[in-house]
Amino acid sequence: MAAADVEKTLGPQLWKDPHMETLPDEGLVAFVKEDCPTCVLVAPVLAELRAAGEDIAVITQDDPGFPAGLDAVHDADLGLSWHNDIETVPTLLRRGGGAETDRIVGWSRPAWEEFTGVDGLGADLPEHRPGCGSLSVDPDLADTLAARFDGTGLVARRVEFATQEDEFEAMFERGWSDGLPLVPPTPERVLRMLAGTSRAADDVVAIVPPDLIEATVEKVAINAVMAGCAPEYLPVVIAALEAICTDEFNMHGVLATTMGVGPILIVNGPIRHEIAMNSGMNVLGQGNRANATIGRAVQLCVRNLGGGRPGEIDRATHGGPAKFGLCFAEDEEGSPWTSLAESRGFDSSASTVTAFCGESPRIIFDQMARTPEALLSSFVATLLGNVHPRLTGMDTTIVVAPEHMARFRDAGWDRARFLEELTSRLMVDVDDILRGVDGIEEGIPRGLGLEGAQLPKFREILVVHAGGPAGLFSSTFGGWVSGPMGSVPVTKEITR
Amino acid sequence: MSTMTVLDPTDESVPQERPRAARPESLAGLTIGLLDISKPRGNVFLNRVEERLNGLDASVIRFQKPTFSKPAPVDLRHEIASQCDAVIEALAD
Repeated sequence: MAAADVEKTLGPQLWKDPHMETLPDEGLVAFVKEDCPTCVLVAPVLAELRAAGEDIAVITQDDPGFPAGLDAVHDADLGLSWHNDIETVPTLLRRGGGAETDRIVGWSRPAWEEFTGVDGLGADLPEHRPGCGSLSVDPDLADTLAARFDGTGLVARRVEFATQEDEFEAMFERGWSDGLPLVPPTPERVLRMLAGTSRAADDVVAIVPPDLIEATVEKVAINAVMAGCAPEYLPVVIAALEAICTDEFNMHGVLATTMGVGPILIVNGPIRHEIAMNSGMNVLGQGNRANATIGRAVQLCVRNLGGGRPGEIDRATHGGPAKFGLCFAEDEEGSPWTSLAESRGFDSSASTVTAFCGESPRIIFDQMARTPEALLSSFVATLLGNVHPRLTGMDTTIVVAPEHMARFRDAGWDRARFLEELTSRLMVDVDDILRGVDGIEEGIPRGLGLEGAQLPKFREILVVHAGGPAGLFSSTFGGWVSGPMGSVPVTKEITR
Repeated sequence: MSTMTVLDPTDESVPQERPRAARPESLAGLTIGLLDISKPRGNVFLNRVEERLNGLDASVIRFQKPTFSKPAPVDLRHEIASQCDAVIEALAD
């Protein structure tokens, strides 16, 4: 019987476990399948053993009538095989006092004779033959069986969609979606997802705002499945959720604000390559599964666990791409500078994710500059308009493109030099940004005694190197309210 | 088509429904809290509201959140609840 046919027989018994302790307390038990030539070979030996007076039970995994004449028990849902850790057929168990005392696998005449104490077994058979893989470890069935029988500790409520219900429509109707289709989080898929982390399913990852719900690894895994993540992305999703759920990042405020900001997630370290993230061409766009689904999984956690839904606590006027999820990796290898993570105190061997509360990306356009000074002038001119030309003290993230980076690299500028030059050019005369100057009401309130002074445009500048090999465009993400009164960028190490 | 079992992605909590506090018949003689969320011009609105409340023979206590970007601290909420009969929270801009 094919794996698919076995799967069909599994449905109604899901979550039941009628199989433990159902093997005979004493005697021999043989696990076989008709699809295995070695099992077919040893079928006469099983008959010989019974004829010799041995108390032998036979369990068949596929054909209920195999082996003929031995009253085999059909292990239709493979529960007996799974619970007895059968990896190979034939497997011959000896049981005594209600427990297994010994086992052999495959066919070997000397081994079987010694094991059973019966001589002259299978006189016409070759001396030995290796066995075949047990149906219960078939890769197509393993996750299904683990979900059914394993005490994995999955405790999430089971939701059963009716026969006539379309599962994709059913998930939309339950309000689980961000508007895009979701991958149904079946127990099998969630178990596979959980294999992506060493953390226990009931570990609490974070307290997710706005409802301040304890998010367990299991619940995060469920949302990661729905988002379309592969299991190896799960540690990144977990670390990102930890980052945005800190008091410093202030996800409640980031969610609730009418301003169209959201968590921008930047991944550094070896995991970028291990999960094949994009740090190159179209890095802030579509086309890479890890980039596209990690941020989405984090936002689905905010939605489904934290209860943060647009029109409710999420009050964004326009929203932005980070509300769906925006995650990308730094191109560290192509950069002459230390990475973002290193600039934030992490070792280059560490994998990290940095969460920055930002707007949509805005392009820093300069196709003419051939010197770092000229290019910096374009950076300054664009960055002064971040959020609003009259507002200061916010954070920004700059994504320096490789062709722009070449200007700085060729002139020998490192990260420190770049930031030094940049910040010195981003000092703003308060008199130019007072409320009412040039008819603009936004700006620094008058009467604070700041007239005549200079203020830095930004509180903190994060710099990342990423993008395609061609194109004289960098990008900047404007920030939100910064510092302890708003949102502070947070970096977390990613652990498996 | 067979049935499909999935795991619930939500927190599985069931919202507890509580009735709204009874609306006062009149503001006369009551203590009204005015909560400024610390955003520009919230005070403009609340100053005017305070003037109107004074004209209605209500007493007013002013409160302020440390920052508009975060929920009001528990202590502040407790202070308002224990001192006031009703509260008006200003938005801004």
